[in-house]
Amino acid sequence: MPAPTALQAYIEGVGLLGPGLTDWPSAAAVLSSAAPYVASATALPAPQALPPAERRRTGAVVKLALAIGFEATTHAAVDPSTLTTVFTSSGGDGFNCHELCIVLAGSDRQLSPTRFHNSVHNVAAGYWSIAANATNAANVLCAHDASFGAGLIEALTQVAVERTPVLLLAYDTHYPEPLRAQRPIPDAFGVALVLAPDARAPLAHLTATLTDGGADHMSEPTLEKLRASIPAARSLPLLSCLAQRKSGRVVLDYFAHARIALQVELCS
Amino acid sequence: MSPLQLTHFTAVSAVGHGVAETLDALERQRGGLAPCAFESVDLPTHIGEVRGVDKAALPDELSGYNCRNNRLAQLGLLQDGFAHAVAKSATRWGSDRIGVFIGTSTSGILETELAYREWAATGALPQSFNYAGAHNSFSVGDFVRHALRLEGPATVVCTACSSSAKVFASAQRMISVGLIDAAVVGGVDSLCLTTLYGFHSLQLTSRYACRPFDIARDGISIGEAAAFALLERLPEQLDNNAILLLGAGESSDAYHMSSPHPEGRGARASIEQALAAASLEPTDIDYINLHGTATVSNDSAEDLAVSAVFGTQVPCSSTKGATGHTLGAAGALEAVICALAIRHGLMPGGLNTRTVDPKLHVHYLRENRRSNVNRVLSNSFGFGGANCSLIFGRAA
Repeated sequence: MPAPTALQAYIEGVGLLGPGLTDWPSAAAVLSSAAPYVASATALPAPQALPPAERRRTGAVVKLALAIGFEATTHAAVDPSTLTTVFTSSGGDGFNCHELCIVLAGSDRQLSPTRFHNSVHNVAAGYWSIAANATNAANVLCAHDASFGAGLIEALTQVAVERTPVLLLAYDTHYPEPLRAQRPIPDAFGVALVLAPDARAPLAHLTATLTDGGADHMSEPTLEKLRASIPAARSLPLLSCLAQRKSGRVVLDYFAHARIALQVELCS
Repeated sequence: MSPLQLTHFTAVSAVGHGVAETLDALERQRGGLAPCAFESVDLPTHIGEVRGVDKAALPDELSGYNCRNNRLAQLGLLQDGFAHAVAKSATRWGSDRIGVFIGTSTSGILETELAYREWAATGALPQSFNYAGAHNSFSVGDFVRHALRLEGPATVVCTACSSSAKVFASAQRMISVGLIDAAVVGGVDSLCLTTLYGFHSLQLTSRYACRPFDIARDGISIGEAAAFALLERLPEQLDNNAILLLGAGESSDAYHMSSPHPEGRGARASIEQALAAASLEPTDIDYINLHGTATVSNDSAEDLAVSAVFGTQVPCSSTKGATGHTLGAAGALEAVICALAIRHGLMPGGLNTRTVDPKLHVHYLRENRRSNVNRVLSNSFGFGGANCSLIFGRAA
């Protein structure tokens, strides 16, 4: 059997949007305790990179993914069209799904074609490829509460095997009732990381292994509530480490039988 | 890339339960499409329904996963001793060293569609409604890993109609970095109202049994399937008849959400990447299992991509005339068909196609051809421009 390759990568850029967290610099200030956390609903910007006709058709998932993706690639100063992508989300567009199911529960089942094509789990990947003119491989994953971990492992695996930079985008949006009671995601949250095999101007270096140890929690209760209630926010312990500019070991949630241990080395 | 062995594989689709029935249907050119009589659906279209899905019982301890999609998955796992082969593999590698990668497009959404009827009538979802076990896309991945008692990394891939082709690429990478030694890959997608009414709203469903590459092709016939393969590292002594995954290619059209790039730009890129990954030339490919959905735009775009890479002589066909378009399960189902093509020296002729569109260039087979089949290409292209091509071959 060949010797295992370490799952490792440099982080070159971060994009973040969530409740009370308007972008990565302001989130970093909160996560490093330089600024207080002030709760507010996630504000999703219109996706300016899309042509107006396409822009009008997009829902929350696409707005969120495009916002975090472009923030991360700008932060990393990389051309987004050159990146392979890994999208991961615990659910699709909850409002769109709700509207489709209402129509299908009735007697006149004429669906809107736009609602139907927006119902695919890879809708954000499709619109990202158009907005960024990104023709490389795009993978789109779902692993319920383990979705961030599944996306991180897929992205690190691609970096290791293909020796290519990868944009990881993890995002979740909330459902309206009656699904909200079944899947109580409080608000939209997304994080994007540019991961690369070689250093140019990296923020940090990551090495990942699976562990049976428990996941790290956030010490601040409001942030811990976010971490525990939104699958993409399971990334917060890693983001805290980056924001606090300290090297160390972080354990992220994944499955009941395994978590992901990250050795984080700050680069500058 | 390093080849992997498809140690075991199985499929259930409208043409049969397990590989023997599937092979028999291919050999006799027997299709599984019929006028739609699914649930309360009132649409002028044909579908490829799997028989006996609702009779498949889940193990008691997994009853929380009960939905049509997971019953179909269970039916698949029970065919051809697949679950038993995985159990044997787990004793060899360890259950935490086998990953699970399943493609689906709609998972258990049918349960939610039905639950919304009750909600509309009573104001409450049924007590039995289980979001994680049925609705969520990962439901089928979670069900499969629990049913097979595996504890390695697991994920569901959701890139619409290329989902269960891309699982082969993800599994190959994860084996390559050494995080796992083997993987259960597959695709499971089941009939539901969302896709039947949704593709109808896009005017992409045919009234007839679909006619890939035909001059009169006018849309898809939606099918359902569960197909699985066990991928493992190559043993030191490899049987000449072993079926291998030789290469995978993935690309994005970056063009439109629901239409392929008209010149097949992304399709061509994924085909060329698969050849490069397998270190093969176009002349090394004996047969191409086309995506071949029978929409006007897919088949013309795919034709341009395939003929640009291979010229017009390599025999090609779409098996969707037999099985229907099984959406997120199509990649894995057609991987199993490719494995059968190699094992049995059979290039399956495409059903329902009467007159191949003279504007198309590829060498489209309408009749079965018996021949040595050593290396095959399988194409899968999805909404959002998500493309994947796989190459399978005989060990020697």
